[in-house]
Amino acid sequence: MKQKQRDSDAQAAAVPANELGRRWRLGEKFIESWIYLAGLLTIVVLLGIIILLIKEGLPIFFDTPPWEFFFGTKWYPVSEPPTFGIMPFFVATLWVTIVATAISVPIGIACAACLSEVAPEKVRETVKPVIELLAGFPSVVMGFIGLMLLSPLVQSVFHLPTGLSGLTAGIMLAFMSLPIIISVSEDALRAVPDEFRQASYALGATKWETIWHVCIPAALSGITAAVMLGVGRAIGETMTVLMVAGGALAVPVSPTEPMMPMTAAIASGIGNAVRGGLQYQALFAIGLILFILTLAVNLIADRVLERQKRKFQR
Amino acid sequence: MNVNLEIPEKKETINDEVRISVRDLNLYYGDFQALRNMTLDIPENAITAIIGPSGCGKSTFLRLFNRMNDLITGVRVEGIVELDGVNIYDRDIDVVELRKKVGMVFQKPNPFPMSIFENVAFGPKRHGRKNRVELEDIVEKSLKQAALWDEVSDKLGQSALALSGGQQQRLCIARVLAVEPEVILMDEPCSALDPIATLRIEDLMRELSKNYTIVIVTHNMQQAARASDMSAFFMMEEDRAGVLVEWGATEKVFTNPQDKRTEDYITGRFG
Ligand SMILES: Nc1ncnc2c1ncn2[C@@H]1O[C@H](COP(=O)(O)OP(=O)(O)OP(=O)(O)O)[C@@H](O)[C@H]1O
Ligand SMILES: [Mg+2]
Repeated sequence: MKQKQRDSDAQAAAVPANELGRRWRLGEKFIESWIYLAGLLTIVVLLGIIILLIKEGLPIFFDTPPWEFFFGTKWYPVSEPPTFGIMPFFVATLWVTIVATAISVPIGIACAACLSEVAPEKVRETVKPVIELLAGFPSVVMGFIGLMLLSPLVQSVFHLPTGLSGLTAGIMLAFMSLPIIISVSEDALRAVPDEFRQASYALGATKWETIWHVCIPAALSGITAAVMLGVGRAIGETMTVLMVAGGALAVPVSPTEPMMPMTAAIASGIGNAVRGGLQYQALFAIGLILFILTLAVNLIADRVLERQKRKFQR
Repeated sequence: MNVNLEIPEKKETINDEVRISVRDLNLYYGDFQALRNMTLDIPENAITAIIGPSGCGKSTFLRLFNRMNDLITGVRVEGIVELDGVNIYDRDIDVVELRKKVGMVFQKPNPFPMSIFENVAFGPKRHGRKNRVELEDIVEKSLKQAALWDEVSDKLGQSALALSGGQQQRLCIARVLAVEPEVILMDEPCSALDPIATLRIEDLMRELSKNYTIVIVTHNMQQAARASDMSAFFMMEEDRAGVLVEWGATEKVFTNPQDKRTEDYITGRFG
């Protein structure tokens, strides 16, 4: 056995260089085709999801014309005849996402900058894993926390009839997207080459100026990605908003009103929708819109980054 | 002794106005002593070259003058470094003010990932110049001083990273000049450049030395001989601490070194 091994070793050593090169290229081809296959699979699955959403959701437009669907303010799926206007859900999602983003982005970037640029190595090494652990916190539990702790607080601070509101949901979502924003932004900031900081300090910039004018701009693509992930989480999160947003069906005029974001509408409606029925189709159409929404967010981010890159990189 | 180096005409007299003086300086990285008992004067409006083998503390020494060593944890400095008679290691020294006065060019060109204009305007902006017209003037003046204006005047808005290595290094020099420093530190500024780009930077240094005090670290003996007025030769002792072996007019250090070790080092490479 050992002898054999040695033989093959000797053989390998005797193989001329170009033969080795050929083998190496073969291995590379193999890996390449695997990656190709994996990529293809992802695309196929994605296409499958889109097709499913379209197939199940689009038929609603035979019953309710698109403008009535999008701009209608009344969602009465069980009245006779039923009406399907998703404006309340759409505006609710908008409010909740705006609140969540407005809170989580500045705080997230500030925390990331603190961790990467200011905190001593020891602190960073302990805090970062804890934050990353929080990213996996079950959303039902977050919902409970919102219900028990945050909503009474929001109610008394803003003198509201109920603490269950878009604001409450937005704040909870901000907490939930913070870990990912902090973690990814921090990685991006740490990837900024030290030469830039050195150059900045040597020009007489302060620490704060170096962070704000050098590190954050240099890490902008990573930070944008972080923000997109955070916003994506906020748009797509279901359980927490279902529990704390209040679930009202009117178009919310202010974030302090109770409301029902699109995800919550799907989750609460799908249980008693008849398969293939109008409500079922309408809910799938909402899913389709959610999908398009997140896709649009990502595409816009991509576009912004691309322009940024073209401007400042070789 | 006969070193095969061409020594060009130097200034008639080296300005004996002392700009920076280092007295009994010891520097430690934690327990490791990197510089020992350094005492040395750096004259005004001249080029002082620091030469010596790798690891002898040249970069560390250079970073003393703008206190960049402060950024490294565990660094301890003993002794005095005086700039215009003021000890820059005094407790009440404003490091930001100091770094405005003492600019630094690094070994690897390190322009910011911004436009050429923004790179040069970075320092002035940080120091309160916000007026666009004023900034444009500063940028143009600095780029001209750094002999880069003609090559980039029509693409100030483009990324600095798209420039060649030599252009990037001149941009970094322009960026330093824009802050209007009095002393310029250069740590092997040409080591990433080709010979032609190197000569351009050397010409530029010569030009700048009329108005600026320049301290340069270099591994290139010809460069030290060619471009500097004063030379300081560093060596390592047994415990790897850097010491000053010899310093004086470049011509003297290169043609008539007083210390055997200097002679060995210079001739060992080029004799
Ligand atoms: N950040 C640091 N922490 C600990 N020790 C360091 C640090 N920087 C440098 N040293 C040590 O200090 C000594 C001098 O280093 P320095 O970089 O000043 O040498 P140098 O003369 O510039 O070398 P080179 O010519 O290779 O650039 C070396 O022994 C080095 O290992
Ligand atoms: Mg060095």
